[in-house]
Amino acid sequence: MTAAMTSAGSRPPATGESAETQSPEQAAHGAARRTVGRVAAAVGPMLSALAVAVGVWYAVTYLVLAENRRFMLPPVHQVLEVSVLQSSHMTPMLQALWLTVQVAVLGLVIAVALGVTQAIVMVQSRWMERILYPYAVILQTMPILALVPLLGIWLGYGFGSRVVVCVLIALFPMISNTLFGLQSPSAAAHDLFTLKKASRWQRLTKLQLPAAVPSIFSGLRISAGLSVIGAIVGDYFFRQGPVGIGGLLDVYTQRLQTEDLFTAIGLASLFGVVVFSLFATLDRAVVGHWYGMVRR
Amino acid sequence: MSVDAATLHAPTADILAARPSTLLMRGVCKTFSTGTVALTDVSLEVAAGDLVSVVGPSGCGKSTLLRLASGLDAVSGGTIQVNAAATSFVFQEPTLLEWRSAQKNVELIDELRGVPRAERRRRATEALELVGLTGFERQFPRQLSGGMRMRVSLARSLVAEPDLALFDEPFGALDEITRLRMQTELQRIFRLKQFAGLFITHSVSEAVYLSNRVLVMSGRPGRIVADIAIPWQYPRPPELRYQAEFAALTGQVSAALEGGHE
Ligand SMILES: Nc1ncnc2c1ncn2[C@@H]1O[C@H](COP(=O)(O)OP(=O)(O)O)[C@@H](O)[C@H]1O
Ligand SMILES: [Mg+2]
Repeated sequence: MTAAMTSAGSRPPATGESAETQSPEQAAHGAARRTVGRVAAAVGPMLSALAVAVGVWYAVTYLVLAENRRFMLPPVHQVLEVSVLQSSHMTPMLQALWLTVQVAVLGLVIAVALGVTQAIVMVQSRWMERILYPYAVILQTMPILALVPLLGIWLGYGFGSRVVVCVLIALFPMISNTLFGLQSPSAAAHDLFTLKKASRWQRLTKLQLPAAVPSIFSGLRISAGLSVIGAIVGDYFFRQGPVGIGGLLDVYTQRLQTEDLFTAIGLASLFGVVVFSLFATLDRAVVGHWYGMVRR
Repeated sequence: MSVDAATLHAPTADILAARPSTLLMRGVCKTFSTGTVALTDVSLEVAAGDLVSVVGPSGCGKSTLLRLASGLDAVSGGTIQVNAAATSFVFQEPTLLEWRSAQKNVELIDELRGVPRAERRRRATEALELVGLTGFERQFPRQLSGGMRMRVSLARSLVAEPDLALFDEPFGALDEITRLRMQTELQRIFRLKQFAGLFITHSVSEAVYLSNRVLVMSGRPGRIVADIAIPWQYPRPPELRYQAEFAALTGQVSAALEGGHE
């Protein structure tokens, strides 16, 4: 669609017999060729890199590793045969991934709600900011590993603790980005609201929060990526109840099921990439629309 | 309002003096908590139908003067009386909300006051028409030029129907051509609305062209060192700027500015 339009726009100026001599099929054909070309240009380098990686993989498996150590890096086709294409292997992995997705989504929702709320509280007064911000920073810098035993004692070793780990990991970018956005309006903009005797609520809803929307969405992008990591880390540490993809990683390692380990790593990474792309796109769309640059 | 006063009476000096002043400052001083003495003993008076300019070197306390007049800051000494149902403030930067269209930016003031939507829309449309932005209502600030953004800012200030209009170097950041055009626009609006205007600028020719009185401030701490009446009737043609009498008055203001520096 877009390609067809561009090609029509960039058609060379008609000479003599004019553009009508070019049949619609020809034009469509040209457009299709161009689209293919563009996709190839975008995906080509990625595919070449993938091909190189697979090549290196095979080289390491067969040339570097001795036969008795080949389990460390099973060849690609073996990973596909033994694991990816076996529904008896794939089904539990997909179920585990689904559980991890739930942890990540719930963790992200809680992190967003808490982060935005805390930032709003902090922006209400310098004092609140001075009291709360140091704790936010401590939370961010504290190694989660140090909290794991305590969380286990408090909340048990199941779903709840997984979500909490996810929240702890994803929270800080929401706080700091929202706070930055809430503080972004100029002194003059605040003067305008003061002159018009705006209430605190009006200042928040008509000046600070709208000004923070772009930063909130870039915080969301970062936190979404972290929530994936948080969910997998949570699964890994807290194993009671149904297993998540992070738990499976450990199971496969223990049992030396390296084919399944690779598949699980691949699935976890794919999940991360999907979430990242989704929120990056959302971020761009919202911010563009916010400033009227994207017309509806 | 005072439109009638201005049209019914001949503008002789004593009748002008008898008009109630919209803004009256007496012996105003301002010392900041940092110890900076920004203003000392400033007295001035602005009545409806007056457009008074204040010129002075940068940092002499011009913005402080406006902040005091608007009530954004409190005086350290002296008194300020304001007889105005509504006061408007135009900042040096357009200070628009980037996520709102031109129309929505102008509606903001009425939104804060709780004016019903239909009414607020009508008033914003009118104000935008007044500043020559009909057709640009749906544009966002980023899609507008600097001059147009300042027009939106002007429209936003006019929507409140101000009796007292305060301007803090509103055209200072605009290019020369746009600036001259905006001066003409402001003059037209002023003639129509007859508010009491206090206009801060660092441009002598802008002050002389726009106002009927020019106050010259000394360097910090700011004092008023000269009060120069500008005699010409409105509307003033743009060509006035190239005439000898105009040059004579700008010369007089500049000389007062130079004197105030020492
Ligand atoms: N809030 C403030 N606290 C301390 N000093 C200030 C404050 N606002 C302005 N000043 C000082 O007061 C003086 C006058 O400032 P201002 O009124 O902005 O000058 P102008 O608008 O003429 O350039 C300057 O020296 C400035 O640094
Ligand atoms: Mg200033």
